[in-house]
Amino acid sequence: MSTFLQQLINGVSLGAIYSLIALGYTMVYGVLKLINFAHGDIYMVGAFMGYYLANGLGARGAQALGMSADGMIARGLLGSGTLEPSLITALVVMLLAMAICAVLGVIIERFAYRPVRKYSRLTALITAIGVSLLLENGGQVVFGADPKFFPELFKKQNIELFGGATISSADIIVLVIAIALMVALQFIVFRTKTGRAMRAVSFNLQSAKLMGINTDRIIMFTFALGSALAAAAGVLVAIRIPRIDPLMGILVGLKAFVAAVLGGIGNIPGAMLGGLLIGITETMVVGYLSPTYKDAVAFAILILILLFRPSGLLGAVAQEKV
Amino acid sequence: MPRYLRNLLIALVVLGVLFGLDFVFQSRMISPYFTRILMLSGIAVTLAVSLNLINGFTGQFSIGHAGFMAVGAYSSAYFSVTYGANLADTLGGGKLGWAIALAAATVIGGAFAGLAGLIVGVPSLRLKGDYLAIVTLGFGQIIVVVLNNIETVGGARGYSGIPIVKSFFWIFLIAILTIVIVYNIVNSAFGRALISIREDELAAEAMGVNTTRYKVMAFVISSALAGAGGVLLAHFDGYLNPKSFEFIKSFEILIMIILGGLGSIVGSVLGAILLTVLPEALRGFAEYRMVIYSLLLIILMITRPQGLLGSTAAFKGWRGRKKVKTRTEAEEITAEDTRTDVSVDKATLGERQSESSLGKGDKE
Repeated sequence: MSTFLQQLINGVSLGAIYSLIALGYTMVYGVLKLINFAHGDIYMVGAFMGYYLANGLGARGAQALGMSADGMIARGLLGSGTLEPSLITALVVMLLAMAICAVLGVIIERFAYRPVRKYSRLTALITAIGVSLLLENGGQVVFGADPKFFPELFKKQNIELFGGATISSADIIVLVIAIALMVALQFIVFRTKTGRAMRAVSFNLQSAKLMGINTDRIIMFTFALGSALAAAAGVLVAIRIPRIDPLMGILVGLKAFVAAVLGGIGNIPGAMLGGLLIGITETMVVGYLSPTYKDAVAFAILILILLFRPSGLLGAVAQEKV
Repeated sequence: MPRYLRNLLIALVVLGVLFGLDFVFQSRMISPYFTRILMLSGIAVTLAVSLNLINGFTGQFSIGHAGFMAVGAYSSAYFSVTYGANLADTLGGGKLGWAIALAAATVIGGAFAGLAGLIVGVPSLRLKGDYLAIVTLGFGQIIVVVLNNIETVGGARGYSGIPIVKSFFWIFLIAILTIVIVYNIVNSAFGRALISIREDELAAEAMGVNTTRYKVMAFVISSALAGAGGVLLAHFDGYLNPKSFEFIKSFEILIMIILGGLGSIVGSVLGAILLTVLPEALRGFAEYRMVIYSLLLIILMITRPQGLLGSTAAFKGWRGRKKVKTRTEAEEITAEDTRTDVSVDKATLGERQSESSLGKGDKE
């Protein structure tokens, strides 16, 4: 029972990260019908930005910054402040990394995807693979090919739960931040004017344009939003498992994409559900079967789902019209 | 039968030329480095042309080609390691014995890869477009994970000690055979059925083409040929690692055929050679090599999206699946150059969503 609970906790925490990345895939697919293969690499860039920011600010310097902010913000928001004091550091680093990656996403969209948007989707797909290769290889040149170790942004503690399972403070942070980001995303997509425009564009780009929506701007915004979420996932992953390298985005990106398809690509709640499912199943397989098969699990689930319900768990079934 | 005789004559001439060239390369008159690149290009040609059969001519977007290549490579390597030396000795040993052993290995590798293609193809070819792509990608990854876990063939450490049997003759014979097979398929009734599926699957079905059967057949042949390419690779360096068959490898082959032009055999050959030579040619840039390579790829896609020799027809299958058909040809041609093709996809997406919002979407 305790193993099960433990694996469940790990799975939910991992799944939340997959969900964050899957959201970017699903949103871009919603507006452009493009499988943005570079998305996993943006997640990698996010983790590295976090690394450089944390080191650049100086873990201690950031702490000083955090401390001063802590006094005001934490007391205001968290009352007595039972959480780690340097949580603010983690937040600052994450938000900055998100901003940088949002800009990166916009640049990629503007200079690589927009020029090929008028051609076939296949061209766009190959361009996306090209961008992905560029980020991976560029990352190896700029960041160095060997793995780096993410500095500790706040003190990790293990909290004992009933039944013998433990939950680390990192897992709690990951979950809280991931949920907060998803709630924020829901708000943006379903409660704001821009969000409405996004939904309109994914519904029908041409009509949205005729209704006076600046579709180019909306597509750009979608990329910015997705990339920011991927960057957040990158920093969160680095908080959980502090080893980062320029190729870390390949497999995680692929699995997150699988999660998006699993939930029904183009569907935002579907991406969250898919991410959680993939995360939980993966840790369960590691816990109960064999860790060497963990990378096959996501794909096996995907194949089963696609064969029986091709549009994913929450996706609408497309009717073929002649 | 003059046609038959003519073909036989051509085959003999080709064999003779290959044999002569093989002799030239064996005598080390040409630098081993150049020979190596040339041979790798030959293997790449086999892979690219075979992938073009399913992606370019049948219009079924598969991105798991490296998986079938891996099946061919590993099954033939296992055969060669276990029985190769014995077989070669019984057949008289020496070069001839090994050539026949390699031929047997190629048949075995091709057969296993074809079988894998059948197993993967039957369920997944019911899907279309993006979904088929994802499923083939998934199968490709699963094959890699499984190989990682089979200790008999080295698992994650890789499979070493495979007899090295590489010759210019053999590699290019397989490459030419692949080209001939694919060319003949494309120019036969079978090929016309495949192209009709690419152009319009529903219409093809209405005309009496058994689309599922043809798609699966094309997929199996394509996989078997990829397996033969894998056999060549296995016996090239005598070492295999599951890592080299990950989806990156599938993408590489895919890029070859897109760069050359989907649905063009000559294009695939050119693309395969270009993409094998290009990374080598960029070696002078040291660590920036792959950065430049990926930049070139993006620029090429922006400036020449249909590939070097592509027929734009090959793109229709995966583009405007539904509404394009109701248009006249003239409109369709303009659609090539305008944003309309994007809007078509948007329209289909729109339909899908409006159905769901009316609550009808969940019914098959």
